[in-house]
Amino acid sequence: MGPASMIVLIIAAVVFSLIAIFASKFVLKATRNKQKGEPYECGVPTQGKTWVRFNVGYYLFALIFLIFDVELIFLYPWAVAVKQVGWIALVEIIIFFFILFIGLLYAHKKGALKWT
Amino acid sequence: MNITEILFWFLTALAILSALMVVFSRNPVHSVLWLILVFFAISGHYIMLNAQFLAIVNLIVYAGAIMVLFLFVIMLMNMNSDSEPQKNKWLKMAGTVAGGSLLLILVAALKNSEVQYQKVEGAQGTIGLIHNLGKTLFTDYVVPFEISSVLFLSAMVGAVVIGKKD
Repeated sequence: MGPASMIVLIIAAVVFSLIAIFASKFVLKATRNKQKGEPYECGVPTQGKTWVRFNVGYYLFALIFLIFDVELIFLYPWAVAVKQVGWIALVEIIIFFFILFIGLLYAHKKGALKWT
Repeated sequence: MNITEILFWFLTALAILSALMVVFSRNPVHSVLWLILVFFAISGHYIMLNAQFLAIVNLIVYAGAIMVLFLFVIMLMNMNSDSEPQKNKWLKMAGTVAGGSLLLILVAALKNSEVQYQKVEGAQGTIGLIHNLGKTLFTDYVVPFEISSVLFLSAMVGAVVIGKKD
């Protein structure tokens, strides 16, 4: 079957969890009331609407996350090939991470990771 | 109809339906969530074509990180169906006419052109497999790989410089 079996596995996993969710809906008799609809039992109740404008400062964190996310992509082929390529691959990935670590140091030094 | 064909049609229908839902849903957050489903369906297609690396990139970078950025933009601008002004009827009609004529032109152009149809060979090549890519990347293309880290570094420095004024 080749790659098709992988997709069958993914779909089977999704269907399996969906069955679990819907089975509980059929078995249990759901009741709705005001207390149940609240976010959580502890903490202060929310004031006003929950649709609020978020602080723009989050965006910088998202951008830095994006860069490390793309960096993470290179780890997949590395992890598969490292055994065959040998210790050279280890040196390569260490240099790769070192250069990116400089970027993290720079962001830390400029205070980009601090909440102001 | 074997299992590969069934999967192909399932993924295609899923991609098209969720792409339509991206356009039609009123809530922008729902649009982003439908777009994630589109990316999952397209990743499924990539896996069927033996392009594992592209599938992983599509899932982790696009469905993961880029969609986080999309959600952030929606939350920063605080767009929701209540506060956004709905377009009036004439504007909607004009949009429909313009989009419909574009579709008509595209279909007519495709009909007249002589496209060389070629059957897609699913799961034939092996160059897209992660193992082969890793072997090539870490033996033949070491220098471009290391230079790409400099590219990431410059992207991060650029984001920090623009994001932090002081």
